[in-house]
Amino acid sequence: MSERTPAIEVNDLTVAYRDRPVLWDVDLEVPSGVLMAIVGPNGAGKSTLIKSVLGLVRPAAGQVLVHGRPYAEQRRLVAYVPQRGSVDWDFPTSVLDVVTMGRYGALGWFRRPGKREREMSMAALEQVGMQDFAERQISQLSGGQQQRVFLARALVQDARLYLMDEPFQGVDARTERAIVSVLQGLREAGKTVVVVHHDLETVPEYFDWVLLLNVRRIAAGPVAEVFNEENLRLAYGGRVPLLQRRGSDPQAPLRAPGALAESGTRG
Amino acid sequence: MALPDLFSDYTLRTVALGAAALGTTSGALGSFAVLRKQSLLGDAISHAALPGIALAFLLTGSKAPLVLLLGAAAAGWLGTLLVMRIVGSTRVREDSALGIVLAVFFGFGLVLLTWIQKLPDAAQAGLDRYLFGQAATLLHRDVVQIAVLGAAALAATALLWKEFKLLAFDPEFGASMGFSMRRVDVLLTSVLVLAIVIGLQTVGVVLMSAMVVAPAAAARQWTDRMGRMVVLAGFFGALAGVAGAVLSSTTERLPTGPTIVLCLTALVIFSLLLAPERGIVWGWFRDRRNRRRLHTQAVLADLYALARQHPGQVHGHSVATLETLHPGARHELAELESRGWARRMDGDDWAITAEGESEEERRRGGEEA
Repeated sequence: MSERTPAIEVNDLTVAYRDRPVLWDVDLEVPSGVLMAIVGPNGAGKSTLIKSVLGLVRPAAGQVLVHGRPYAEQRRLVAYVPQRGSVDWDFPTSVLDVVTMGRYGALGWFRRPGKREREMSMAALEQVGMQDFAERQISQLSGGQQQRVFLARALVQDARLYLMDEPFQGVDARTERAIVSVLQGLREAGKTVVVVHHDLETVPEYFDWVLLLNVRRIAAGPVAEVFNEENLRLAYGGRVPLLQRRGSDPQAPLRAPGALAESGTRG
Repeated sequence: MALPDLFSDYTLRTVALGAAALGTTSGALGSFAVLRKQSLLGDAISHAALPGIALAFLLTGSKAPLVLLLGAAAAGWLGTLLVMRIVGSTRVREDSALGIVLAVFFGFGLVLLTWIQKLPDAAQAGLDRYLFGQAATLLHRDVVQIAVLGAAALAATALLWKEFKLLAFDPEFGASMGFSMRRVDVLLTSVLVLAIVIGLQTVGVVLMSAMVVAPAAAARQWTDRMGRMVVLAGFFGALAGVAGAVLSSTTERLPTGPTIVLCLTALVIFSLLLAPERGIVWGWFRDRRNRRRLHTQAVLADLYALARQHPGQVHGHSVATLETLHPGARHELAELESRGWARRMDGDDWAITAEGESEEERRRGGEEA
């Protein structure tokens, strides 16, 4: 597979819950090797888009390809970080055990994880700085630690494409930086990372690619080209969250405070 | 009857072995139902099994437990599939769907049972024992059936351990990795149906759900690992099963199902109160100790502050003063004295000691750090 094959290709995707469209005729191409944010207001269909790529929701129309083929044929290439709130953290299991679940797909039916899987899981825990928590019961973790455990579980899947649903939700600033550096490490290793993101201010600092979504695709492309006030207004209606903008040109790229130099060198 | 006699007695040994086998199976499998927050599922399955028992009898004319058990399994399984179907294709939520299926199937079963009892044939007698269970009717053959089916259910669980764990903890993640979670769900439910129907003859349809939920609820109190929880729940189920079955077959007119459930209830209450970490009693003690420590610290801080107002001299302060600063100070002073942090001057006057001052300074330093 050549690197020119997009990591994700979405054509005319429409998803509806009963009579309400959640995604409407979305086209999207995510090039291989980018770190992409999906932003948009609540109910914009961000999670639904990720779940459509993973085959977890059935689209009313349209098609999704992962590295050129349907998801069912490419599962081994994809890792997933669900929203932290989607599971019961009082479940009687250990941190290491949760991370090991990331290997279940490669193991397939019936086969049990063994020494190799445990070692891979420990390595993933080290990558997110959670190795000392391996034997902890998961209910003893803070929100940020839970998020890092989920990240480790995705890392252990050893994928080419990582889909993450709000990995920064409920984490403190230090954990957020730790997670971002792991994500940037993945991109440097040639992986593609797609993240549902809420904090518009950090988009230029963390990501090089962005999708603005509000049921329909508003804009997608390099952050420097499409992350501007005009597109944000289109995505969020009139209620654009406060952002710093250079000059008065509504099409000028938006920059996060304190990240001017860094984001200027990118894209 | 003395205990050694109990287990040389053929009937009792049969009953005890049967109850142990069914208790182990339902307890272990029940853990998954409880972890999936589907505690009501066991109730629905066992109640839904009743019409299956009646229909199996009507169709075959046989009262052989294995025949009735197959009917029960078929009906229980149908009931659960119906629940999944209702949840998947309507707006009815799972708890309501379970309630609907439970009531409809059980009602239909009761109608059939009543009708069967009016048939002019003596052969029908005894089907109603499936309502509350009757351990004394267990034969050696029945116990072998229970043990074989129970072992099959446990073996399937061991084989599908990681799939069941995914289903219980994070089914969406499991689906993203390519496991058909619907299929895993059907498999787990089928094994649960098996675990439930083998208990119906002994425990009865009405109370069988307790065998599913209670051992798991008790076991969860003792451990934070799923593996240990499942094993422990199996053990608790067996323990209550044996105790209840033996009690009911050594005592006249004591139905087995309710007796087993009473034994289970005792286990659950004991676990809720006394399990380490999670036990209510220990929690209560912990709270009390923490409250006490905070009070003691507060009075020490008062003494320290008062001493600061009179530098250079040891000055006693009356209990009355300390009580206005901190109601209940009288009790804390005794505690402070026993630790050597405060001493009684004369009468009811108290002062902080050098050790008390350094303790208070150490604590303040710790807070600032």
